[in-house]
Amino acid sequence: MKKVILTVDDSRTIREMLRTALSEAGMDVVQAEDGVQGLEVLQSTIPNVIVTDINMPRLDGFGFIEAVRSNDQYRGIPILVLTTESMDEKKDRARRAGATGWIVKPFDPAKLVSAINRVAA
Amino acid sequence: MDTMAAIKQTFFQECEEQLAELESGLLAIERQESDSETINAVFRAVHSIKGGAGAFGLDELVRFAHTFETTLDLMRSNALDITHNLVKLMLRAADGLADLVRFSRDGTELDRARIAQLHAELTRAASGDAAPAIEATPAPAAADQGDGPDENGFTPIRFSLEDLVAADFGSLPDEAPKGPLVVSFRPKPELYAKANDALVLLREVKRLGDVMISCDISEVPLLTELDPEGAYLSWTIELDPSIEESAVREVFEFVTFDCELDVSTKAIEPSQATDTADFQVIPVTDIAAMLAEAQTPVESVPVTPQPEHKLTPTETLIKAGMAQAAAQSSQQTTIRVDLDRVDRLIDLVGELVINQSMLAQRVTEAGIARLSEVAVGLDDLEHLTREIQDSVMAIRAQPVRPIFQRMSRVVREVADMTGKSVRLVTEGENCEVDKTVIERLADPLTHMIRNAIDHGLEKPEYRVAAGKSEQGVVRMTAAHRSGRVIIEVSDDGAGINRARVREIAVGKGIIDPDAQLSDGEIDDLIFAPGFSTASTISDVSGRGVGMDVVKRSIQALGGRISISSRPGQGTTFTLSLPLTLAVLDGMVVTVAGQTLVVPLTAIVETLQPKQQDVHGMGETSRVIAIRGSFLPLIDIGLQLGYREEEADPFNSVAIMVESENRTQSALLVDGIIGQQQVVIKSLETNYGHVFGVAAATILGDGRVAVILDVDAIVAGTRSEMNRPDHRKRSAA
Repeated sequence: MKKVILTVDDSRTIREMLRTALSEAGMDVVQAEDGVQGLEVLQSTIPNVIVTDINMPRLDGFGFIEAVRSNDQYRGIPILVLTTESMDEKKDRARRAGATGWIVKPFDPAKLVSAINRVAA
Repeated sequence: MDTMAAIKQTFFQECEEQLAELESGLLAIERQESDSETINAVFRAVHSIKGGAGAFGLDELVRFAHTFETTLDLMRSNALDITHNLVKLMLRAADGLADLVRFSRDGTELDRARIAQLHAELTRAASGDAAPAIEATPAPAAADQGDGPDENGFTPIRFSLEDLVAADFGSLPDEAPKGPLVVSFRPKPELYAKANDALVLLREVKRLGDVMISCDISEVPLLTELDPEGAYLSWTIELDPSIEESAVREVFEFVTFDCELDVSTKAIEPSQATDTADFQVIPVTDIAAMLAEAQTPVESVPVTPQPEHKLTPTETLIKAGMAQAAAQSSQQTTIRVDLDRVDRLIDLVGELVINQSMLAQRVTEAGIARLSEVAVGLDDLEHLTREIQDSVMAIRAQPVRPIFQRMSRVVREVADMTGKSVRLVTEGENCEVDKTVIERLADPLTHMIRNAIDHGLEKPEYRVAAGKSEQGVVRMTAAHRSGRVIIEVSDDGAGINRARVREIAVGKGIIDPDAQLSDGEIDDLIFAPGFSTASTISDVSGRGVGMDVVKRSIQALGGRISISSRPGQGTTFTLSLPLTLAVLDGMVVTVAGQTLVVPLTAIVETLQPKQQDVHGMGETSRVIAIRGSFLPLIDIGLQLGYREEEADPFNSVAIMVESENRTQSALLVDGIIGQQQVVIKSLETNYGHVFGVAAATILGDGRVAVILDVDAIVAGTRSEMNRPDHRKRSAA
């Protein structure tokens, strides 16, 4: 069965890149522009994996992850955060919030797909 | 266009939006009108640009954005005091970032020395107390989300530098004898709480090559004592010697801190690899069954949405988020359309308008009654056509904000160059105008702003001496007024030095030494071709381009420019621009058998001249008295060369027009046909500039009519009156 990936990022560019890379790997992509929209999408679609940015307006990545983890219905969804390599502290905070793993920007499509495979069957 | 190129284009479009966001945020901070969200937005803008740039290998841009972002992050976490100088530096860095983006996109010239300088300044600004700040960090926006992990039921993992070193370099593969790798993997509950799945990880390890996996179930308690969220299983994995340790570590990358992981090389039996006493070897296929039996906390996720609607914490969060979102208008749904398509649509609607009015005229000519079904239907069609036209025009309308923002950069640069302290105040940035008008405003506005600072504002010491604050103010406002957009650029400087202007104008032969000019007329002289007030051409505003060029470009847009100045209080330039360049409401008139269109925006009133109101003035001029004031009477037929003889004013109609700087004149025409919206067709593209003619249009009966350039006609008459040769002629 095709994996469904929810991507949450306020940057159109990154959203497009994720969509291209994931579609080429045969996955279905649902998009959201920030944490609030991400939570809205979850009400109708339960993805296999969530890929989320950290810096976003309205509800940032940390808040979004915490919201997902505190909901019984969504808490089992693996969440990968998009982060820039220089930000170990961000990675750590994201982990504490409940992130399953991380993808370092700029990402290589193969690494992205491998990261998804490491968190979802 | 391939996918990557398309995404790159998206990236650059997004960059422009981010740059605008960045600048407006920084300006708000500068005005001290910011809150924590402002600085977050500013940070995000730079962060986004960096993120995208990295993906396209734009290293120069990434490096600069990274340093910029670091400094912003320190500002955001209050580790750096937001001083005036720091904000100034940020603004200049934003300009530098904009240059780098444009360089990456268009390959335009790049002042690398300036970028390097900014880079160094940013690094310096960030250095100070940067180190402790990075450790402290909690960013304001996220701080209120609560760092406390207890709430979510898992313990925070503290990790020190030692852990990191241990994790990354702790067990480098032993170079000498290459035995099989043995991995001992014991998940903690946190691993499952973060939705990691031991089974998925084991499957990934298995992909690396031949592996032998054994599961230790010795710690699984009795069902009654079993915590469904606990972690009781651990595994030992023996890998084929051909598998690299780095590949194994990569599989466990995400769970390093949420499990006990030991990777070692052993040449002995796997069963001895661990200290665990009772320990069974289980074939890998059984693990799934075991996991299910052991009720590991990874729950299966329902794939269908739940129809029930309880208010879950998530929904509460969504609601809170939505409330916040309501305050932000930028979340509107938009689509991107190629401008060519819009313009094609505008062209077609223009043709539709012409066709519709032709049809209306045919119906009238055919003698069909006004109340007949055909005529009524045609009326409806006219309304619809108008509405379509308005809606299509609205697509091209854009707020003046970007251009106003661009001016703030000009202000900074010119202020730096002249050593003057300047504050730019903008109002009405949401005012919408046709895109083309906006684009063509950039150059004139830049020139006007430069002039205002360079020539308008006094040096700080003079300002203080005059009892003004040291910092000069340049104000730029936009507003809609009776179907036009009015943009004003004003300064609070010394005002125009009229004696000096007059002197220069006489010196350059622009006016006669004895010319009697009002203050307004003297001020207008700065628009005269070749006029430049600076005694030496300065670096800033003088490049041989004067206000005459500004005036011409505004007129080319169907706009007017006027000036008003008060000594010691400053100067205001007022631009009046059409909202659209495609249509115009006009009054259709006849002159010497020709049909002409006078733009309605210029017309104040029309009247039938009475004998006692018209007076001769000199040989060629006539004036008309209207309510006690005398207005020049301009004979259009004579001015445009349609006839040699003066028209008889008493068998004509006078149209009072107001031109730039609000002076009024009366245009003499033979008769008025009516009022009509006309589609503007440029003549200059195919023909060339003709005095007094702005453009042309096609009327309902299919005839081509010329649209009058009222300002040019009025100005032409006036300059004729002031020109030395004309004066001599009048005096004779």
